[in-house]
Amino acid sequence: MMNQLLSGDAPRSGILTAVLLLIVISLAFGPFLFPGTRAFSTLGTICVFIIVVSAYDLMLGYTHIVSFAHTMFFGIGAYGIAMATDGMGNSFGAIASGLAGALILSLVLSLLLGLLSLRVRAIFFALVTLAVAFAFLSVVTQLYNLTGGEDGLRVRVPRELGPAFRPFDQPLPGFSVTRLITALVSDPGNPLQAFKGAIYEFRFTGRELMYYVVFFLSAGIFLFLLRLVNSPFGRVLQAIRENEFRAEALGYRTVYYRTAVVILSALLATVAGATFALINRYVNPENTLNFELMVFILLMSVIGGMGTLYGAVVGVALFTLAQNYLQDLLRWVGGYTEGIPLLAQLTGPDRWLLWFGLLFVLSVYFFPTGIVGQFRLWAGRRRRPT
Amino acid sequence: MPLAHRLRHLHTDQPHLFLLALMMILALLSINPLTWLVLTISGVAMGAMLFLMASGMTLTFGLMGVLNLAHGAFISLGAFAGATVMTFWMADTAEHADLLVNLLAIVPAMLFAMVVAGMVGLVFEHLVIKPVYGDHLKQILVTVGGSIILMQLIEVVWGANDMPVPRPESLQGAFIVSDAVPLIGGIALEKFRLVAVVLGLAVYGLMLWIIDRTRIGILIRAGVESREMVEIQGYRIHWLFLGVFVAGSALAGLGGTMWGMYQEILSPHMGDEMMISVIVVIILGGLGSIRGCFYGAVLVGLINLYVGFLEPRLAAVATVGLMVGVLMWRPQGLIPVIKV
Repeated sequence: MMNQLLSGDAPRSGILTAVLLLIVISLAFGPFLFPGTRAFSTLGTICVFIIVVSAYDLMLGYTHIVSFAHTMFFGIGAYGIAMATDGMGNSFGAIASGLAGALILSLVLSLLLGLLSLRVRAIFFALVTLAVAFAFLSVVTQLYNLTGGEDGLRVRVPRELGPAFRPFDQPLPGFSVTRLITALVSDPGNPLQAFKGAIYEFRFTGRELMYYVVFFLSAGIFLFLLRLVNSPFGRVLQAIRENEFRAEALGYRTVYYRTAVVILSALLATVAGATFALINRYVNPENTLNFELMVFILLMSVIGGMGTLYGAVVGVALFTLAQNYLQDLLRWVGGYTEGIPLLAQLTGPDRWLLWFGLLFVLSVYFFPTGIVGQFRLWAGRRRRPT
Repeated sequence: MPLAHRLRHLHTDQPHLFLLALMMILALLSINPLTWLVLTISGVAMGAMLFLMASGMTLTFGLMGVLNLAHGAFISLGAFAGATVMTFWMADTAEHADLLVNLLAIVPAMLFAMVVAGMVGLVFEHLVIKPVYGDHLKQILVTVGGSIILMQLIEVVWGANDMPVPRPESLQGAFIVSDAVPLIGGIALEKFRLVAVVLGLAVYGLMLWIIDRTRIGILIRAGVESREMVEIQGYRIHWLFLGVFVAGSALAGLGGTMWGMYQEILSPHMGDEMMISVIVVIILGGLGSIRGCFYGAVLVGLINLYVGFLEPRLAAVATVGLMVGVLMWRPQGLIPVIKV
């Protein structure tokens, strides 16, 4: 049954399976394991970006189409929800119409981009999407009476998805993994006390409900994409990646396939953007449309492993954790390097992106298949020792 | 060939001139002539600065098929290096009211920016680009990564905050045409823009001379046409490419310095913002073509100023729209050199 759920595309590596299980369990029981708003928003971001990055991987990893317009579609989804709830109030009808409008706009734009890619060659496509995404960003920033400009928009979610909604009368019990670990590290002699200290209570509100909507949506889309890439359609995409001319010679209209991938990936990014607006409840150009965000998506996709959807999950989890917690680590390192002129600058908490950029370049050179590819390589070697 | 015949075939023979004339005429019809003149000169000035920034990237692509998305970081680097000379090392000469004394600060600033950007370009080519020749996907990825690293290093050296750069005293303000001159009397031309036009034209002329008349130029043109044939003749194309890459980075640095003086404020991400215009310019002109790059830059500068005057909110959309339109009309760009 598991094999059917994963469309016969198992992780094929013991370590990878363990890592994925860890991620899935952490996400599935997230609010029960990690207290605090920061952890909550990290979990939500991971779920949303699993959709974004696996849709991006469908283009980049499976078909070798480099597009820089992915954040544009993400932003369309987010702004669709934000503008609809801004204008029509916080009803589910507003959300539905905002999502529908966003999907239609994304469909039209991605169709146009896909058609443009017939006219120009692959390398142009990357540059053209970059320019188009920039033009879109500038339009959103300039039309401030509709979009709020640089200030962005607050999203008014329906009551059922907000903090005021309480489906359960009693607070629920939770077991804080982070507290357990800190207690065990600081006082290893007293595990019982650490276990007791880790138990906490929290209120299950509409926000947690929204989190679970995003979680199940993300899981569903992931499994759907896994099914897709292991279908005959997915095989054609991989054939296009390996040798487009040959795929065409075999009788596949590669143009249709490429356009379909661009559109599908755009629509999924739009859905992800909509859920991002609902869980983050605040939308501005910086958190949805920025070029930096596009680069982050690229980093997540490549570091995790291009051409493997599991790579998207691992990449997103790793990157989001780094984005939120690497600064703490660097602050800790900074405590030791303080006073050394250049080193203190290089290890400052704001420099986390420098180290991630370095990791990115190195991983393109030495691990072109990313973390997942490397795990699979090790597993393959162990199975067939040469 | 009779003039009428040449005009009729202008859009196929000389698409860049056709588009330029079309745009200028359309703008003249919708803007008052004196304003139009000022806008045109400003647009050409912006085009000249864009050309400085874009020319390196287009040659790098033409010669080796390397798409360097970190080019924007070199623009930022040049801007910061130039500004360092002017605000920290030679502040007293830069604030002097006399043009010649100012030049003592400006010229070293430009040279320093070019040297810094060129040196970093040399290291960058060796460490980042060389291992991934011939693989477009990896090039896009590593140059994006390299761009992040360079920008972060700029923040390490100069700090993450915006840095104000006072324009040298003698280049501030405008130059007013006296009322005695017929037709154009009374219009104000910003001095800095005139300097940018002169510098841009000088660099363009120099590059055309190098490409058309010198031995290195003929090798570059041959390399763009067919790399193997140049190699068969016994030339080390990699050295040639290295030279072009370093020169291109240095020019990006020069353009960055000019742009920094023009904006009077620098941020580490200014290069990324310019990259969009640079990309539009090189696509418009046709990748690998210096002449196309120049006309593309002027076209982008002009459309930015014209549309910015008529409807400021649409300037970026018009620029990208121009690019998409040209691609639909001529997928290889205005003056195609290489078949991508």
